[in-house]
Amino acid sequence: MLLHDTALLFGRYARQTLRSPFQIFFGALMPLLYLFFFGPLLTGLPLGREGDSWQILVPGLLLQLGLFGASFAGFSIIMEKSWGVFDRMRVTPVSRLALLLGRVLRDAALFVFQAVLLVLVAVPMGLRAPLPGILIGFGFVALLSAALASLSYALALKLPSPQEFGPAINTLAMPAMLLSGLMLPMALAPGWLDVLSHLTPFRYLVDAVREAYIGHYTTPAVLYGVLVALGLTALAVTVGTRTFRSAGA
Amino acid sequence: MPIISTAGLARTFTGRSSPVEAVRGIDLTVRPGEILGLLGPNGAGKTTTLRMLTTLLPPTGGAATVAGHDLVKDPAAVRRRIGYVAQSGGLDPQETVRSELVLQGRLYGLDRTRATARAEELAVDLDLTELLDRPTPALSGGQRRRLDLAMGLTHRPEILFLDEPTTGLDPGSRADLWALVRRLRDEHGTTVVLTTHYLDEADALADRIVVVDQGTVVAEGSPAALKAAHGAATLQDAFLAITGRGPAPVDTTPVAV
Ligand SMILES: Nc1ncnc2c1ncn2[C@@H]1O[C@H](COP(=O)(O)OP(=O)(O)OP(=O)(O)O)[C@@H](O)[C@H]1O
Ligand SMILES: [Mg+2]
Repeated sequence: MLLHDTALLFGRYARQTLRSPFQIFFGALMPLLYLFFFGPLLTGLPLGREGDSWQILVPGLLLQLGLFGASFAGFSIIMEKSWGVFDRMRVTPVSRLALLLGRVLRDAALFVFQAVLLVLVAVPMGLRAPLPGILIGFGFVALLSAALASLSYALALKLPSPQEFGPAINTLAMPAMLLSGLMLPMALAPGWLDVLSHLTPFRYLVDAVREAYIGHYTTPAVLYGVLVALGLTALAVTVGTRTFRSAGA
Repeated sequence: MPIISTAGLARTFTGRSSPVEAVRGIDLTVRPGEILGLLGPNGAGKTTTLRMLTTLLPPTGGAATVAGHDLVKDPAAVRRRIGYVAQSGGLDPQETVRSELVLQGRLYGLDRTRATARAEELAVDLDLTELLDRPTPALSGGQRRRLDLAMGLTHRPEILFLDEPTTGLDPGSRADLWALVRRLRDEHGTTVVLTTHYLDEADALADRIVVVDQGTVVAEGSPAALKAAHGAATLQDAFLAITGRGPAPVDTTPVAV
């Protein structure tokens, strides 16, 4: 039942997304701009980590894509709520988890697709990384997108008015991006900033993907990354499902 | 055995502004196969009551059993037995009439073939056949309302909650809907709880009327009994007497707008 309903809803939302190519490609624009206009600045710099600059930047851009893209997923639930679609679905016997997962999996699929696009463009720019590492990177994008989309839906439903959603997400996503060292590795940071950075979950995800991109798959950094990503996703889906139960009321 | 019974069902909204006691303790019993008209002025708490009875909104007080299941403890069992047409509808502007109807069937467990067949059947019942492949934003207000109704009927629920189902319908469609509601009751024993501001509709359709005002039940009885109790010729006059508005005043001052 859970699988059936999740697949059903995933299919509906995936078809809606496919009908809007603008949405599919526009989301990849910001990381692509960083790739083109920021990436070349780093090629000669010492970045304090093993690996060349592309192996450090591209993992950061992948997670940036998930971070900014999925954080705004909540907008769609605000629309659905105002159309009455959200309540119409909540009145059916479909499990609240399926209602959430159908949407979240569509989001994860969209951002993994954009991540693939980004990597394909990064290769001619100079990225060299082992295939298993690249695939692991996509896995992290999927988990991060699923987690953040769930939290985004929950936040969108909880906020008293929809106008607050955009500013709220920007306020949360900007520090998250800066503190996790997405653009430049935190190896360059002074001690206090590095400590602060370790308090944000995204830090562990970026470090793990950077390790995977230089062919290290069994180091502690990768293990921590996996644990944090799974923990974050489990927590986010739980929070999201609860919010779907009461619609934030 | 009532099919719906509530005891002190209440909902207070708390937010940034001062708390709103939308529903202040409603006791209601509905018998199986009954058509109950829930009346009341704007803001009386009708929609809030229906949203609680359909599991969409957690009550802040009281208890209710719907179709034999506790509303709060077993909402999933309640959901399987009820259908709900919200006051403001629930259509996705990115979908067609057919895809909405088919999805609805599939969410209630029909396979693709049966959901497709059911969609065609509902389209006949609600006169939507010509419109099946239209995107929903291309429907007129009344056509959209008929689609909302079709969606609520998809799984042949035991209890149907209709929040102002005929608002925006032309007289022909309204008569069709009345006939449909009666047929559901007579042929399938469906229990119907509906709100309306059209008192002729409540008079014609409802076996029993419950009037709520400011979140509490202020009168209850068959349309005939309510009229008799207030010496009123029409349900409209009885309603005005019950809600304390009196018959419409004859005002001779010029309008200020
Ligand atoms: N989410 C909410 N937050 C705060 N107050 C609310 C909320 N929803 C409804 N109310 C208030 O609760 C009261 C009852 O509203 P409700 O929608 O149940 O009325 P109604 O009887 O359906 O009215 P109408 O005939 O206009 O549809 C109103 O005063 C309304 O302003
Ligand atoms: Mg209402």
